[in-house]
Amino acid sequence: MAINAVGREVPTYVEGLGEFRPYAGVFATPPKGRRFGPTIRRTGGKKLLPSLRAAIEASGLKDGMTISFHHHFRNGDLLVNRVVNEIAAMGIKDLTLAASSLQSIHKEIIPHIRSGVITAITTSGLRGELAEVLSREVLLKAPVMIRSHGGRVRAIESGELKIDVAFIAAPNADEYGNLNGINGPTACGSLGYAFADAQYAECVVAVTDTLVPYPAIPISIPQTQVDYVVVVDKVGDPQGIMSGVTRLTRDPMELLIAEKACRVIEASGLFREGFSFQVGAGGSSLAVARFLRERMAATGVRGRFATGGITGYIVGMLKDRLIDAILDTQCFDLVAVESLRDDPRHVEMSASFYANPHTKTCTSDILDIMMLGATEIDLDFNVNVMTGSDGIMMGASGGHPDTAAGAKLRLVTAPLIRGRFPIVVDRVHTVVTPGECIDALVTQYGVAVNPRNPELKARLKDAGIDTVSIEELQERAERLTGKPEELALGDEIVALIEYRDGTLIDTVRRVI
Amino acid sequence: MRNRLRRSMMFVPGNNPSMIISAPVFRPDSIILDLEDAVSVNQKDAARDLVVEALRTLDFGSCETVIRINGRHTPYCEDDIRALVPARPNMLRLAMTEEPEDIVWADRMIGEVELEHDIPHGTVKLMAAIETARGVLNAERIARASERLVAMSFGAEDFTNSIQSERSRDGFELFTARALIVMAARAAGIQPIDTVYSNVDDDEGFRADVQRAKQMGFAGKSCVHPRQVAIVHEVFRPSESEVRRAEAIMAAIQEAERRGSGVIAVNGRMVDGPIVSKAERVLQLAQAVGMTKGGDTSGN
Repeated sequence: MAINAVGREVPTYVEGLGEFRPYAGVFATPPKGRRFGPTIRRTGGKKLLPSLRAAIEASGLKDGMTISFHHHFRNGDLLVNRVVNEIAAMGIKDLTLAASSLQSIHKEIIPHIRSGVITAITTSGLRGELAEVLSREVLLKAPVMIRSHGGRVRAIESGELKIDVAFIAAPNADEYGNLNGINGPTACGSLGYAFADAQYAECVVAVTDTLVPYPAIPISIPQTQVDYVVVVDKVGDPQGIMSGVTRLTRDPMELLIAEKACRVIEASGLFREGFSFQVGAGGSSLAVARFLRERMAATGVRGRFATGGITGYIVGMLKDRLIDAILDTQCFDLVAVESLRDDPRHVEMSASFYANPHTKTCTSDILDIMMLGATEIDLDFNVNVMTGSDGIMMGASGGHPDTAAGAKLRLVTAPLIRGRFPIVVDRVHTVVTPGECIDALVTQYGVAVNPRNPELKARLKDAGIDTVSIEELQERAERLTGKPEELALGDEIVALIEYRDGTLIDTVRRVI
Repeated sequence: MRNRLRRSMMFVPGNNPSMIISAPVFRPDSIILDLEDAVSVNQKDAARDLVVEALRTLDFGSCETVIRINGRHTPYCEDDIRALVPARPNMLRLAMTEEPEDIVWADRMIGEVELEHDIPHGTVKLMAAIETARGVLNAERIARASERLVAMSFGAEDFTNSIQSERSRDGFELFTARALIVMAARAAGIQPIDTVYSNVDDDEGFRADVQRAKQMGFAGKSCVHPRQVAIVHEVFRPSESEVRRAEAIMAAIQEAERRGSGVIAVNGRMVDGPIVSKAERVLQLAQAVGMTKGGDTSGN
């Protein structure tokens, strides 16, 4: 074990996973080595197979191998359960499940974890019953490896995460394996998280419900990377992505926080002609876009681009020419899907392009303004987005540490109290994003600026925005909630939190 | 404080802890913790206990604390007063006030409980909620029924029911009642507060309603949602020129006092009593929204 740069004790060796370096600082661990290359294969002309089972057999999947999936259908994903059920029926076991994220719909795989079909998992997030089971029981051969979106693709490209068979749910495909996500009845938009799987897996199986005559255009993932194509009745439920346009919150507290955050952005000096930003799809984060939009209309300041997961609200800003471009790894609603299909200024980007710290440039490193969430934030501004107040895994690392590392202004918005628990704590249960990457916390009770950024504090003061210390916010919350009790945790590590550069930033211990 | 600013009086259900905790961040002038309509009969006791606890433990900042208690002829009213007064809210709002006797009775009850708990007499203020045709017609006498009474509100939902009408978007059916309440309150030197606007999704309708209330002479508006608070404050915000003129008037008065002169003119216009009191009112509002030195800088 070693103590890392955020004061967490992390293992230096984990049985089944190998050696690890402790987190040393945001850009303290540079890349080394060469990019991984999969075996050169020629599948030939006959790629279209009659069933999933036939494709699994053709892929050569064996005990002990690694299978991968993307999460573009979010909670409407149908493929992970289907493939794992099929694999189990075929008697293959001891597999590593390498999904870009897992959702509550994936509770169906729990029996296959118990029976040894799945014995290791790497993912960005875990939710619902699956997350709860993996938080309370030691069922896998090794802890779940939690990786950020940038960290996952880094691990794939470096060869740390070797994918044997990638199963890619494709809303649109042709018989030679050209794929896209923007056409067909189950269109999910960008396939950004699947690009690396297609490029680096030993074998790639595309699963579609809409086979079109060659070529399937536009081509997101090309035939040169795909081994087999299988047609099923349905690859995903688009209701898992929100239908229509994502609605802005009407919650007055979230709006209040968003409005305060917008004032901070305007005072920061980064709200200027040609700025770039990323907001999430939920609550106060998306609401910040609304207030930004109002301020852009009032001041005439125009943005250059928006990135990340994209909602119809951001598409509206593009249509109204408040921004010039959208770089999209994931569509959050069907308006975003339509825009990606119809508007050349709305561009699909890979996870590597978006957030891989070990590329020559990733977009998250050149972003101006990033709105972040938090389940907890501590007095050092370390942020937890992975575990809840009860210690159970319930979230995702996602792009949080990636965008926080590179963006010029990193604001966390959160209500000071969630449920009966304060957001500000002495020590977050799980560090996902280190405090040195966070500039300020915006709550309904005030803005706390990270002392590491005195310039921002001075700018806010000049703009007449009062700030408070994070300790004052904690005290204020605890006056209402009391001090939360320490969690009762076991010694067993159930998950490792990998920082985007491949070092370990924290662990998650079993909840008793 | 008798004549403090009461532009926005925001209702919060008395049985919802998280909404009670959150209420001050929206910075209404007054927070009304509601024990009447928002609380079902089987939750009256629990809500009352919660509100008492909230008054004792929470920091409501600069917001006035008002409790809407159940009407005099309900089985809860007396218990409400007995439990709440010791927790020292700034004010009780008596629902369904119809007769001056309702106020006289509540005044006496509050006084008794104040005495029992060594609370200075008159600490807890009173506000009458006029919600029926009968209450409207008695408004003038109600407004003068007690020294403790500092404001009088209008409740249009029950009122329209009592005149066997329905609320319309433009509020035509409320005009007479509103006018009578404003006159009764202003004649008695207390503040008239306009009724709620229940469609929280209709910002423009609400804004028009607030503008109408302001024009009619109301001192403030009851709100049912935090988003309405900011709109009320916007409507009641004086214009820059109004503030500058009010400042000039007050400066001229000070100058005249210094020189012992009785007659004052600003920009060639005689300044008399009504003009001075309007200037004072404008400056009070201006200070509340940070438009003068020493004012609130929140812009709220």
